[in-house]
Amino acid sequence: MTDTSTLSETGTPSKGASHLSRYFYKSPLSRGYGLLSPTLLLMTLGIVVPVCILLVMSFWTRQGFGFDTTFTTANYVKAFDQPIYMALMKRSLYVSAWATISTVLLAYPMAYYVAFHVHKNKMMWIVLMTLPFWTSYLLRVFAWKVVLGYEGVINSFLMGMGVIDAPLEFLLYSPTAVIVTLTHAWAAFAILPMYVSLEKIDKSLLEAATDLGDGPIWRFIRITLPLSMPGIISASFLIFIPTTGDYITPALLGGPDGMMIGNLIQLQFGAVNNWPMGASLSIILMLFIASIGLVFLFLTKLARERIS
Amino acid sequence: MTMTNKDAFISIQNVDKYFGKFQAIDKISMDIGHGEFFSLLGSSGCGKTTLLRMLAGFETPTNGEIYIDGQPMSEVPPHYRPVNMVFQSYAIFPHLNVRDNIAYGLRKQRLSKMKKYEMVDEMLDLIKLPEYGDRKAHELSGGQRQRIALARALILKPKVLLLDEPLGALDKQLREQMQLELRALQRTVGITFVFVTHDQEEALTLSDRIAVMSGGTVLQTDTPTGLYEMPQNREVAAFIGTMNFFEAMVDRVEGDTLVLDAKGLGKVSTTKGQRTTTKGDRFELAIRPEKLKISDTKPTTGACVEGTLENAAYLGERSHYYVRVDGQDTPVAVSAQNQKRVISSDQNAHSVWLTWDDDALVLLNDA
Repeated sequence: MTDTSTLSETGTPSKGASHLSRYFYKSPLSRGYGLLSPTLLLMTLGIVVPVCILLVMSFWTRQGFGFDTTFTTANYVKAFDQPIYMALMKRSLYVSAWATISTVLLAYPMAYYVAFHVHKNKMMWIVLMTLPFWTSYLLRVFAWKVVLGYEGVINSFLMGMGVIDAPLEFLLYSPTAVIVTLTHAWAAFAILPMYVSLEKIDKSLLEAATDLGDGPIWRFIRITLPLSMPGIISASFLIFIPTTGDYITPALLGGPDGMMIGNLIQLQFGAVNNWPMGASLSIILMLFIASIGLVFLFLTKLARERIS
Repeated sequence: MTMTNKDAFISIQNVDKYFGKFQAIDKISMDIGHGEFFSLLGSSGCGKTTLLRMLAGFETPTNGEIYIDGQPMSEVPPHYRPVNMVFQSYAIFPHLNVRDNIAYGLRKQRLSKMKKYEMVDEMLDLIKLPEYGDRKAHELSGGQRQRIALARALILKPKVLLLDEPLGALDKQLREQMQLELRALQRTVGITFVFVTHDQEEALTLSDRIAVMSGGTVLQTDTPTGLYEMPQNREVAAFIGTMNFFEAMVDRVEGDTLVLDAKGLGKVSTTKGQRTTTKGDRFELAIRPEKLKISDTKPTTGACVEGTLENAAYLGERSHYYVRVDGQDTPVAVSAQNQKRVISSDQNAHSVWLTWDDDALVLLNDA
């Protein structure tokens, strides 16, 4: 793309440069957009357009095997009127909130350890932590089925030890099973952003905090935690957003009590064949996630100001 | 346990520090007085920062003990030590504003908000940044960060302030200004400063006393004038400023006067001092470039030697001359003030005379 011959050694375009390249040279904004354009194009085609289609479709209704394209909010009214929809929505948010919290809580110490206490082969540690991701998502979910199952690892062990007489039924086919599996499945997504933000912390800041009288706990609360907040926030979003809409894990491990909104949406687009309803539910889910995200951001900002 | 020297506020006793097999500090003992501006001077890797970090508590001595105000420090973690540090990178907390940075260490003192506010205001006045309380760290220049790092440490009224090359990141002009301010500040607050630097000029300007370090040991601890005028060994002499060295052999001892036969200078005499020497002992003799006088004609009085002017550099206020003398491999450096107007610097090799006062000669101990 860059025609180096039009740039003299000092970096200014030589006399022979075309108007276009001179324009690009002078305007950093246009250069920025130039660099972004492939991604922008893909984003527009792959995200903005489908979301618009979804939005339009959510105001249609099903008519036999086709659509009635007259504008109506009937789907939205239905979604808020019939208790099943909001119940599933609530459970989805509940399950994925707990999955997010437990993932972040589990992954933070790991990221912290690699960032502060590993001095050699940091990359190897990171790669090892993402190792579960080298197997397919389905396989990992099935693995948990083996662990949590009626005659699975945990139940057999506990019965063998004589701790329990009958298998614990809540382990499988429950929201707990879904939370446990999601936590494990998404751990690597949480570790990486938190590791990056912890790694970036200048070690002399920690020494300065110690020097100014803070022991390890206060130092963590006043320096490490606030400075790693960006990592925690992005990790939370990275997990919360996809897990809320997840339908594979609840389908395989959730049982009837563990069904989530994702399963319902999948049904609308599949067996039930009510695409407009599925679209409406997707839009509602998106709005819920967005508003929760905003509240979360606002709270962390507030907390950060409070700490300082 | 050995008793500490009563006058010593900080007493470092037989301290060793190993990092694995590498010995960073080799049996250092030194005392630092109350209210002293004490510098650790040396090139990078000499152990000066390690020693400072041991005072702060970030490193623990492998052997030996450090006493501060009479208390042994080996069991005291950094956050309980009566010292505070100004870091080389300043370590200003990026998520806090200037006011909160300065007040950071006041947490333990459980003061009222009003009181804290007043104390921070006092500090902002002291560092001459009264309007900067609400600025964020990224809105500050290097010099401002440095002052805030100072204020953040001084607000806790530490018994000792440790400074790890705090002026290294500043440009020359600002550095010279901060040197003066730092010195004035130390006199105002009256606490002991331990200052690490690799800049000999900075150490000479600021310090009451300087310890010159190399390879994990202290070569010499002395006042700035003592170090410059009477270095004890070749390494110190070469590290501080420029020095000409001559091999010399004792010719005879006349009471307190030592007459030596120096290669390149001929017969020279100097005071014997405490040394016990006899004829034939070898010494190294040193003299500073500015203590040599250069002239085109043979001086009428005093010791002198003839040489050939090899090179001259005109530096405005002074000129540097390099004179080749018989028996010396390297030319002798001479620095002369240009008190008279220099019409033209004569670059051509010609014969000149060097002369000196006897008491300008330094006899080094380690030849």
